[in-house]
Amino acid sequence: MLVSYEWLKDYINLDNISAKEFCDKMILSGSNLETCEELVQGIDGVKIGKIEKIERHPNADKLVVCQINIGSEVVQIVTGATNVYEGAIVPVALDGSTIPGPLHGQPKVEGGVKINKGELRGVLSNGMICSPEELGYSDSVVPLNSKGGIWLLPVEFDNNIGEDVVSAMGLGDYQIDFEITPNRPDCLSMTGMARETMATFDRKMVYPALAAKTDSKNVGSEIEVEVKSDFCKRYMARVIKDVKIEQSPWWLQKRLMSVGVRPINNIVDITNFVMLEYGQPLHAFDFEQIQGNKIIVDTAKAGDVFVTLDGKEMQLDEEVLMINDANRAVALAGIMGGLNSEITDDTTTMVLEIANFDEDNIRKTSKRLGKRTESSSRYEKGIDPNLCEDAMLRVCKLVEELGCGKVEEYYIDIYKNPEVATPVKARVSKINSLIGIDLTREEMIAILEKLEMKVDGEGDELIVTPLTVRRDIEIEVDIVEEVARIYGYDKIPMTIPSTATKSEVSDSWKLREKVRDVLCAMGANEIMTFSFTNDKILDDTGISEDSWERETVKLINPMGEDTAAMRTVITPGMLDVLGRNFSRNIPSVRAFEFGKTYTPKMTESELLPYESYHVSVGLYGEDEDFFTLKGMVEELFESIGITGLTFEAESDYGVYHPGRCARILLDCESEKSEKIERIVQVKETLENQPGERDETQIAILTELINTIDEYEDDFIELGIMGEVHPDVSKKFGISTRVYCCELLFDLMLEFADRTIHYSPLPKYPATSRDIALLVDEDVKVGDILAIINSHKNDILEKAELFDVYRGVQVGEGKKSVAISLTYRHAQKTLTDAETEAVHSEILDDIKSKIGAVLRDS
Amino acid sequence: MKEKLENILSEAKSAIESASTMENIKNIKISFLGKKGEINSISKSLGKVSPEEKKAAFTVINEVRGQIETLIENKSSELYQKERELTFKKETIDVTEPGKKVKIGVKHPVTLVIEEITGIFKSMGYTIYEGPDIDTVWNTFDALNSPETHPARDMTDTFYVDENTVLRPHTSSAEVRAEHELELPYKIVIPGRCYRCDTPDATHSHTFHQVEMMVIGEDIKMSDLKGTLDYMAKQLFGPDTKTNFRPHHFPFTEPSAEMDVSCFNCGGSGCNVCKGSGWIEILGCGMTHPNVHKAGGIDTSKYTGFAVGMGVERIAMLKYGIEDIRLLYENDMRFIEQFK
Repeated sequence: MLVSYEWLKDYINLDNISAKEFCDKMILSGSNLETCEELVQGIDGVKIGKIEKIERHPNADKLVVCQINIGSEVVQIVTGATNVYEGAIVPVALDGSTIPGPLHGQPKVEGGVKINKGELRGVLSNGMICSPEELGYSDSVVPLNSKGGIWLLPVEFDNNIGEDVVSAMGLGDYQIDFEITPNRPDCLSMTGMARETMATFDRKMVYPALAAKTDSKNVGSEIEVEVKSDFCKRYMARVIKDVKIEQSPWWLQKRLMSVGVRPINNIVDITNFVMLEYGQPLHAFDFEQIQGNKIIVDTAKAGDVFVTLDGKEMQLDEEVLMINDANRAVALAGIMGGLNSEITDDTTTMVLEIANFDEDNIRKTSKRLGKRTESSSRYEKGIDPNLCEDAMLRVCKLVEELGCGKVEEYYIDIYKNPEVATPVKARVSKINSLIGIDLTREEMIAILEKLEMKVDGEGDELIVTPLTVRRDIEIEVDIVEEVARIYGYDKIPMTIPSTATKSEVSDSWKLREKVRDVLCAMGANEIMTFSFTNDKILDDTGISEDSWERETVKLINPMGEDTAAMRTVITPGMLDVLGRNFSRNIPSVRAFEFGKTYTPKMTESELLPYESYHVSVGLYGEDEDFFTLKGMVEELFESIGITGLTFEAESDYGVYHPGRCARILLDCESEKSEKIERIVQVKETLENQPGERDETQIAILTELINTIDEYEDDFIELGIMGEVHPDVSKKFGISTRVYCCELLFDLMLEFADRTIHYSPLPKYPATSRDIALLVDEDVKVGDILAIINSHKNDILEKAELFDVYRGVQVGEGKKSVAISLTYRHAQKTLTDAETEAVHSEILDDIKSKIGAVLRDS
Repeated sequence: MKEKLENILSEAKSAIESASTMENIKNIKISFLGKKGEINSISKSLGKVSPEEKKAAFTVINEVRGQIETLIENKSSELYQKERELTFKKETIDVTEPGKKVKIGVKHPVTLVIEEITGIFKSMGYTIYEGPDIDTVWNTFDALNSPETHPARDMTDTFYVDENTVLRPHTSSAEVRAEHELELPYKIVIPGRCYRCDTPDATHSHTFHQVEMMVIGEDIKMSDLKGTLDYMAKQLFGPDTKTNFRPHHFPFTEPSAEMDVSCFNCGGSGCNVCKGSGWIEILGCGMTHPNVHKAGGIDTSKYTGFAVGMGVERIAMLKYGIEDIRLLYENDMRFIEQFK
């Protein structure tokens, strides 16, 4: 909402209040400031002149030589402007003057432009005649008659020839832009802002002068109005005769220009001015074009077509409210008039429309037709229908004052359900307790009365009746806010809630913090990528067409392919980031992401899609390989108490190298049998209960046991890891080996055990035996270690792989696996014989199961 | 014998004096004091003499032995010192050479800010509460007193999965869930990811994060809201930070406010960070609208509360001076590694 500070002073005395102080206080009372800009600065030495004579320039076709009366003398000025004429009153920048500029066709210069006399193609020019832009006005507010040329000042300045432009025209103002929140459409008007000013500064305001009311309503008018649709809440019309279209007086042009509106002519300017004063849109029809002297407000028929005054054709439907005459449509109600009935320079009689239309209907129509105007945007925010009358009387007053027509005595006002203010009950005690202050009833009444609210009631009760324009005041808390903001938020004390509560943090949150800490400690940086996915990135990632990852939650209004659907996996985002870093020549990267994934709901009865957290880790660089990542994954799981993972080779997942990919599995066979055991116990209790057996219950339990036994896996997959398939990394622009994993955090959470288990340090020494096993290439180290570890509950403490050798010494298709075994007894020092007994048992086991040959041990 | 001893002593003296290494000293010690050394050979050469004479002779011999021992000891500690010095000199390194790189990972700045804010509130007894990213229109708009016509409901503003389901445009969507789920009174902080149909530019991203705070109890006042947020601002931006509350409008609070903090760059005198005003807008807040409490089944005659919503990226950008929000989602390692 643009407010002119000088215009505001027409309604309220702002003496001794600077624009800065005004803005600061208005902000504190709730009018949020966007900008405050000083208008028309830096004009010095520009006078009002009158062109007495225009001659052709002897040496240039495009220039003319003007003799201009500037009061004290007549000066010669050369100009290239084409809209000058003898008798025109114009601003003249004389030799030595300064104007803000920019000069026509040139960029704006800081500090303005100094004007000097000089010769133009051999003819002396004592300065320049200025355009409005050269005096600092924006192109969008230049009066229609001066557009693209010299500023042709209104004739009233004939009396001010030779005077300084700034003082004679009263230039200089502040244009203040306030952000008006949607609950306060009443503030989208000068009177609304004057009301806010009144409450903020506690000064009385004067409403605009209105024409006298007449009693001649709905009878005797030359125009007849019929309202057939409830979308029209009120319709007022008044005929104005003897219309004389001309330029508006300067005061009116100046007001419009100060808030960014271009002056057109007196009638248009008056309707714009009153709209800005009250926030009430107005429309004027050419009476001659209203066939049958009749206005019918009704919805359109589907398929109707209407041409608005900007020449656009509109396809209508039954929801569109139209203003019709006896035979045809003449306006899109509340949005735009028609080409067939608009005011022209030849109009002599006009019909003024001041109406109120249903905000929802206007919004929907405006949206559907793609037509948003100043009028429609005001209607859709909601306007008090009671404003119509004042706005009408204000137009009448200005038409009379400007002498641009004769207002007919008779007028139309169709207003079926007049809106009346609803009193709102509030309590002094509640207002104080909700804000945390201690005002008296009288202090509150004083505040509310500043806002022109009427206060009744007694004791603790306040019965508050706001103006009908204040459609936001509905319940007690609305009154609380009014008191708080006018009292001043800055004066409210600062306290801390007296309610004691204790902080709780979910297990998921705690574990996420832990996992982040662990991964950071391993040197991985945290990344954050978008939650969206699309077919292309899934293709690039090597996710097959028919996989579950393609079953995405889709958006019905994406902003493009990038935001088409919600991700089901987070590895594509990781690859994208690794690719970006690789392309920026970052030699090595370790990164991780904590990201939510989204999968569609299974049935219609479910409310929302599923969301679950995944963790991805991605690496590339000189020191990184599959086993670095595997080590990180193992350590990560161990740090959250998950041990006994199995890494199962996977050769059929498109994201990864078929020979370098593993599914990360957790053995949960024991959990499964424990679960079954528990149900069996319940079942047995039921079976052995005295009295009648609950056979259904028992049957259900039996079924449940069978189901668990049959369908629950012995292994649960917690994630997948591997070296990214070279075709995939290529798609992401990476020409080195990349390693990634994606872990299912919500499952990790289920199995995580963060209790710390302490056991005393060993008292007796350990003894270790290294073995080297010659095996076939396809024998898995994991299997060898599993055999060794199956002896673990004896004196074997641990078995660690320390080397895998392939080469000439072992021969083609073979490898030598070196493992170090550590033996220790908890209660004594082991003898060689004791160790050897177990050790050879283990070796025999390996030999018999794998067929390994013990090398030179 | 005496003469012999004196010769030995003077020989030893000159030998010790001219010794230059620990090795020399070791040899000298052996040749004079060793089993087959000079001193011992004198002792052996005593032959058969009377015990008295023997005793006297040994006294003299031991004296000389003692003298030589002292000399050797002194010299050897002198040489040891010298050799240590030499070794240290040889082992001297250029300490200005760079250290071997040990890299720790760095958390994303958005995580840092979320952890910092939730940390401040945890210390004030707030529980961390979370809601889903994809939520119902009811939780997101209807229950939050958002009028049917609110522009945020438009498909041009909020992402829709279907007509009843949206990607939440604010963490406030979790407010009514909390009201139904938690026991009163409560204080919660709701961090989370949000989405809006914003075309990306330096200050807009279709994905961003918010931290919501919500308090419900008997006698929760607007002054509590001010005090709580003033405390938070001082924790987050430094103890000299001042706060300013301006009236504003949100459908889900009444009265509503926006909070500015004094510019932590210039301290309030005006600079390009605060665009000359000395204040930076940080968040929106207010006393929870009774309609929101009603939607959550809360007795509005008994309970009041406040709610606050703040943008994490905005705070991260202001706090760290990040000039473009898109940097936060580009994940350039050189960017992230600056937030150690």
